[in-house]
Amino acid sequence: MGKLFSALFRHPSGRIGLVIIGLYLIIAVLGMLGLTPHDPLKLFAIDRLKPPSATYWFGTDLLGRDTFSRLMVGIRQSMVIAFASVAIATLAGTIIGLLSAWWGGVWDGIFMRVMDVLLAFPAILLALLIIAIVGPGTTTSIAAIAIVYTPIFARVVRGPALSLKQRDFVDAARTFGSSQPYILTRHLLLNLVAPLAVQVTLALAWALLTEAGLSFLGLGTQPPTPSLGLMLSESRNLMQQAPWLMIFPAVTIMLGILGFNLTGDALRDILDPRTQRREA
Amino acid sequence: MTRLLSVRDLRVGFGQDPKANEVVKGVSFDLDAGQTLAIVGESGSGKSVSALSINRLVDFGGGRITGGSIELTRADGSVLDVTKADERTLLGIRGHDVGMIFQEPMTSLNPVHTVGAQIEEAFRLSKGLTGEQAHRASLDVLGRVRIPDAQSRLGYYPHQLSGGMRQRIMIAMALAASPRLLIADEPTTALDVTVQAQIMALLAELREETGMAMIFITHDIGLVAGIADRIMVMQNGVAVEQDEADRVLDAPQHDYTRHLLRAVPHFTSGAAVRGDSARPTASEPIVKVDDLVVRFPVGRAWFKPKGAIHAVDGVSFDLMAGETLAIVGESGCGKSTTARALLGLNTVTRGDIQVTSGRSGRPVQMVFQDPFASLNPRLNVEALLAEPAIANGQRLDADLRKRMAFLLDRVGLPQDALSRYPHQFSGGQRQRLCIARALMLNPDVVVLDEAVSALDVSVQARVLDLLIDLQHEFGLAYLFISHDMAVVERIAHRIAVMFAGQVVEIGNARAVLHEPQHSYTKRLIAAVPAVERRRQRFAVDMTQVPSLVRPAGYEPPAAQWREAGEDHRVRLEEQA
Repeated sequence: MGKLFSALFRHPSGRIGLVIIGLYLIIAVLGMLGLTPHDPLKLFAIDRLKPPSATYWFGTDLLGRDTFSRLMVGIRQSMVIAFASVAIATLAGTIIGLLSAWWGGVWDGIFMRVMDVLLAFPAILLALLIIAIVGPGTTTSIAAIAIVYTPIFARVVRGPALSLKQRDFVDAARTFGSSQPYILTRHLLLNLVAPLAVQVTLALAWALLTEAGLSFLGLGTQPPTPSLGLMLSESRNLMQQAPWLMIFPAVTIMLGILGFNLTGDALRDILDPRTQRREA
Repeated sequence: MTRLLSVRDLRVGFGQDPKANEVVKGVSFDLDAGQTLAIVGESGSGKSVSALSINRLVDFGGGRITGGSIELTRADGSVLDVTKADERTLLGIRGHDVGMIFQEPMTSLNPVHTVGAQIEEAFRLSKGLTGEQAHRASLDVLGRVRIPDAQSRLGYYPHQLSGGMRQRIMIAMALAASPRLLIADEPTTALDVTVQAQIMALLAELREETGMAMIFITHDIGLVAGIADRIMVMQNGVAVEQDEADRVLDAPQHDYTRHLLRAVPHFTSGAAVRGDSARPTASEPIVKVDDLVVRFPVGRAWFKPKGAIHAVDGVSFDLMAGETLAIVGESGCGKSTTARALLGLNTVTRGDIQVTSGRSGRPVQMVFQDPFASLNPRLNVEALLAEPAIANGQRLDADLRKRMAFLLDRVGLPQDALSRYPHQFSGGQRQRLCIARALMLNPDVVVLDEAVSALDVSVQARVLDLLIDLQHEFGLAYLFISHDMAVVERIAHRIAVMFAGQVVEIGNARAVLHEPQHSYTKRLIAAVPAVERRRQRFAVDMTQVPSLVRPAGYEPPAAQWREAGEDHRVRLEEQA
């Protein structure tokens, strides 16, 4: 693990990505602990729509709330939803993908057709549909995003698992009489860590965007809790008078996605078996 | 004789700093027109890199020529230093002067084009032939590489052809340019022995027809004996010996050459079979296989298979404790399927496999062909060796560690191996690991499925010795699956020859190898390359293996056997 991090850090885009993600995680933790310059919910009535200044680093909004403090809490909100939903999607997708590959036949057909149906909808549309049925909120956002990205993990796992299943070391394990759970975890899953790690970082970027999109539409995080999408949505009508209200959340979302994508690309380069040298 | 190629102090390096990572460290050789040079060495000796430098294909693999010169005499008589040529000139050289064939014909052919289109393309690029002319030229060249029924073969896709056929297509494409030098990089390594013999005979005939020079790269010094004029032996990027073929083979000067020649499995038609442990007739066999049939359904029409691949068709044999039965045959003959059926790795259509349970609950264990594929790369040696024991209810405790240490010692691996990972071992060491793992459960029978085929010859010899030692020490019975007659001769007590899913000859090793009765056994033995038999000439034998796909419900006629001697049975051949 330490080796992976140092390899990531040596990779040019991996270093930028890691720095961005690290920064976001620090901000998220500070946001979680309430260590913001101002109370993100407090209304400074006399300081409405102030441009960025020494007191209000990123300015204030229509109600006089500090944009920087709200961004910090917004990042916390985005990170929590992104990590939670991707964790659930990874777990569910991996189990479904592994079992479909291992059992094959009818089970493979059933599992993968269900995944195909989920994949047929655009991500945001499917998430909207789920939220429309259950009602908006943080938990629902997590669940919806997790469901949307589960099929992608199922596919990422199933493909290589099918080929691993044919490998000699799996046959060898069968000849010793190793149990199925042992083979599935030690021989299949352990060899899937690399593609999964890449997929997780990329999925985090998508989840961040999906969460922002849902909040923008008013179906994700509910006010007054600050969130990046919500802040963007509120800034829409004030674009001319207070451009900082739009620019800062937009740049925050963009940088976050960039950070995860750069890390994902770097991971792919590092873990790609074709770039790894096999010692003879 | 005119000088075609003159290589002086060639140095080739790889990576960021090619000078520091040199793979070829100053190789010099000459080649006259029409001569054949064989470059022999083990993997990593720099033999391929040296040859690929001649047409600068090495550039595409990340290599850089760091020193020396390669002077090639072109068709118009001008001399060109390839190391200094620009890419345009090199294109001309690759197309016209130097042809190339590779080890793996499937990956060198484009799977989405017919072979006809690919051969015609070769003619278009090299000679500018198009349309009808290119088609006629393709037909002609297929005839020259002895492909029967050329007209219809042109419409085939690579996957519809056998490995030997594909290699002939590659040779045909190389011939399209009428090259003056043909570089053959391990062209027969991926092929079966009888097919290998066919390709070698073909190359020898083509060389005489066209007068082209050849550079033949191989790890098998026995193989080049019949074809090479000169032999260059390489080790660690240096040519340790080069001379006339006969002189290298009969009076090797360098230790490494002697070592290679000693390590080459010398096939002696049964003279060198093991003399130990005659077959005990009184005791009961430990494995008894009776009329084993394995079929794989193919092509479904309305949920009912249209036919089946008869992978194994009525195979019977038995195996005594402590003896080695070798099953020999070529790829697709069903020998591996038989072995896997014994382990329960594929479903048996019919037949009976009886294994007498001896020392442990799992009396049969297996060692696979590819030591890179049969060890999980993400587990360390301790986890790998412990797996069979844990699967059978043991715990990773001091006793188990003691057994692991004992077995590591027995297979000749250091004790500190336990904490290392498979990629830190060489191929031979990995195969030793696989052997140790197979012995963890104290089995009575070990199935060795081409267990030494993927190893370099000298490593192969040591692993074979180890296997024989372990057999004595633990009283193991081996089912030794192989295509290599020379290897089989060294380890087998008895031999079963398989062809097209059936055993055609079975019996005492000496009898089968010394007095082969079945025509297929004879062909198999004739195809074995050997230093001793280098002056024998073989005609190009074009016999193809019959298709094993049969219509549903087809049953082969019952086998008729004849006794050829004590413990030696031969299947009667159908009179054609």
